[in-house]
Amino acid sequence: MPFIANTDDQRREMLATLGLSGADLFADIPDHLRCGSPDIPEGISEQQAAQRVGDLAGMNDTDLTSFLGGGFYDHYIPAAVPAIVGRSEFYTSYTPYQPEASQGTLQAIYEYQSAICRLTGMEISNASMYDGGTALYEAVMMALRITRREHVVVDRSVSVIYRTILRSYTTNLGIELDETAPDNGLPDRRAIGDILANGETAAVVVQNPNFFGCMDEFTDLAEMCHEHGALLIVSAYPIALGLLKSPGDMGADIVTGEGQSLGMPLNFGGPYLGFMATRKKHMRKMPGRIAGRTVDQNGKDCFVLTLQAREQHIRREKATSNICTNQGLCALTAIAYLSLLGKEGLRKVAQNCAEKAWYAQQELLTIPGVELRFPNRWYFNEFVLELPTRADRVIRRLLRDDIAAGFPLARYYPNMDNALMVAVTEKRTKREIDFLVHSLENAL
Amino acid sequence: MKLIFDKSMPGRRGVMPAESDIPVRANLDSRFLRSEPAALPELSELDVMRHFTALSEMNFGVDSGFYPLGSCTMKYNPKINEQLCALPGFANLHPLLPQLSTGRDRVQGALAVLHHMDMLLREICGMAAFTMQPLAGAHGELTGVIVMAAYHKAKGNDKTTILIPDSAHGTNPASAAIAGYDVKTVPSDENGVMDIDALREVLDETTAGVMLTCPNTLGLFNPHIAEICDMVHDVDGLMYYDGANLNAIVGRSRPGDIGFDIVHLNLHKTFATPHGGGGPGSGPVGVCERLRTFLPISIVRETRDGHYYLDYDQPEAIGYIAPFYGNFAVIVRAYVYILMQGADGLARVSENAVLNANYIRERLKDHYELPYPQLCKHEVVFSASRQAKKGVHAVDIAKALIDRGYHPPTVYFPLIVEEALMIEPTETESKETLDGFIEAMIEIAKLAETDPESFHAMPTSAPVSRPDETQAARKPDVASLA
Repeated sequence: MPFIANTDDQRREMLATLGLSGADLFADIPDHLRCGSPDIPEGISEQQAAQRVGDLAGMNDTDLTSFLGGGFYDHYIPAAVPAIVGRSEFYTSYTPYQPEASQGTLQAIYEYQSAICRLTGMEISNASMYDGGTALYEAVMMALRITRREHVVVDRSVSVIYRTILRSYTTNLGIELDETAPDNGLPDRRAIGDILANGETAAVVVQNPNFFGCMDEFTDLAEMCHEHGALLIVSAYPIALGLLKSPGDMGADIVTGEGQSLGMPLNFGGPYLGFMATRKKHMRKMPGRIAGRTVDQNGKDCFVLTLQAREQHIRREKATSNICTNQGLCALTAIAYLSLLGKEGLRKVAQNCAEKAWYAQQELLTIPGVELRFPNRWYFNEFVLELPTRADRVIRRLLRDDIAAGFPLARYYPNMDNALMVAVTEKRTKREIDFLVHSLENAL
Repeated sequence: MKLIFDKSMPGRRGVMPAESDIPVRANLDSRFLRSEPAALPELSELDVMRHFTALSEMNFGVDSGFYPLGSCTMKYNPKINEQLCALPGFANLHPLLPQLSTGRDRVQGALAVLHHMDMLLREICGMAAFTMQPLAGAHGELTGVIVMAAYHKAKGNDKTTILIPDSAHGTNPASAAIAGYDVKTVPSDENGVMDIDALREVLDETTAGVMLTCPNTLGLFNPHIAEICDMVHDVDGLMYYDGANLNAIVGRSRPGDIGFDIVHLNLHKTFATPHGGGGPGSGPVGVCERLRTFLPISIVRETRDGHYYLDYDQPEAIGYIAPFYGNFAVIVRAYVYILMQGADGLARVSENAVLNANYIRERLKDHYELPYPQLCKHEVVFSASRQAKKGVHAVDIAKALIDRGYHPPTVYFPLIVEEALMIEPTETESKETLDGFIEAMIEIAKLAETDPESFHAMPTSAPVSRPDETQAARKPDVASLA
């Protein structure tokens, strides 16, 4: 099925127009650089492909009752979201370089940027980054540009996945990443304050709710940062922002996060959506595409890509980032999701998550020997349990009952062999939570 | 059209979540909570559907019409790809599942897709190993350049510079700079390809590598490419293949055989996954044998008994460049496409892409300046310099095309061609479509002679006329705040 429209007759006609034979089309490639047919299977029909790839999909187990999170959550996706995103005028177009032919994409991006600002309490957002981790890396690079400093503090309560990405990207650059140890699950203000006192720190990076699910209030930290000329970067969970105080209200300078929860399936790791928002004064230091509102020749409101002097296709090696193709369709997904749920719907989703997680936590803590790893903290929809035995063994046992009980923190943190991180979304029912409690009790 | 926020009606509800079936109410400490809900719109589901349907009608996609945007390979996106990647067995899979003990048994189908793609891309490109993780083309570039840096570091090489032709995409120098390298630009020769003598002058022991597209952004295959690879290897530099233009040679020539050490692909170009109005893309990176140990963590491997697992034991790896295993749903689409094409199909893809581009070159060469008149590959670059003398610039021609039902080509790129019009028809377009486009271009060229003034009002048939971009940049309005 090569998806080629020209018939053999047309090809002959076209070659005749060119005065060439078929072989001549590649005559500019030296003989020894041409290959024979690649050693891959012969093409198959659409029906055969549907069968074969359908079989592979069927080998994956998606009937599990899942309490897996870690920054990536199983939220309900309203049917109208894929109906909107599936309109091929959106998904078969590209970056809106020609605004007159791309007003749909451009206005949707502008609305997405607006929604992200309203959620995060910031003034400007870009049109998307790849994911929460690369968005955080871009935010760190941006903070270095703004402050002209080379030292960054990252608390270990920030997603370990984001921190490993950050390290991979910065190893060849002269940047000092200082990881601070949390105090019972939250960033340790005193330790961070001591480092800030040197006056060399570009930014402090924290997360809310953090990787362990703990909620925090960063107003004090923002003040500490600003006193020492540093920026506060907050990675946020957008569903939680339906209920929680925005990072902007706390004084954050740059807000990033993983947008998957805004209507995107888990997709075994992607595509996801990195979002990034900041204060207006940092606008020209921000990476990525930005849509702006202006007027056309007739004075009519319209939208364009703007502030392009920051970008790689203009500035080349002096650009704020190398990003070109971003996650346009995922940004559309997010604005469709946020519009469908609306002001009250998003608040309600967040509240359901928090309540169900609270219930799960209370019930799980009735099991003898099960405790909170970080006691006396407030949680949104994820929390870490300290089990009386190794978490990975318990997870294995519960998988036999088709429950993914959570994530074993030992995979990324030393001395956390018994720590089990449990996430609860609005999709989990009381029965499923009770089943988890029952199975966990039996497994111990 | 009104913003979605301006259509909001207080008290109206769209999709409301169910009432919680939990007997308790969480009592969260108010210091963590917002004082009032975020100012999102309040609309019915129908309001939202109509809003976005109306927006979609103001958009031009490949399904709407011919989209010859040069260097972007806007080919048809088969619908079966969309259907299969959305199967619950793929879409509902949590990426942390295989990281649980015995969890990998639950995701064998997904790991198989990733592993099969690695094998297929190796064979198509002639590379030793692929990582599927990079999330877009530019992300692949950055990954590739970091691999390059890891190689030089492991060898104790003191390399500071990456060489890039003046015809390169902007992402190439940007990626090299972000990874910590100095960038030096190598000019093109009179035939439009990298000037080998100029390369010889700047190439030295500090050269970490050379980043190239081949064919380049002029659509020209560099006849000296093998010699360039040898020269760069002689100073222990690495050759980087930007796969943006692979559609020109897929199934006919392999970057690995040519001598390239690192290659990134754009699955959203060559392998027909949708461009999504600007992503998501996918940019797998392939490397030659001596670089495979540097690929990012993790890699899908197959056991002797045919099971798949994620290998995290890669001591020389550059680390983690993406949260998980790449833009998986995009990879599934490309996988379906490659299965349907097969070896024979891929060779026909490049044959027809090149035929279509050359057909346009031949038929328009008398009407537009053609700075590099030789045989091209997948795209052809004209110059509107003749029309510009009459006051009709590349951008005006673009707008005139919109009024005639076509998406314009890429304009003003590559930078080395004045008033560039970069046309990439792709293989999925028919001769009738090309003929229609060619007629429109000829008519536009004539109009430029007879009535250049008329272009200033174009487009007239689009939802909006030309935007005031100066105002957009000077007085940025980039968000509607509550």
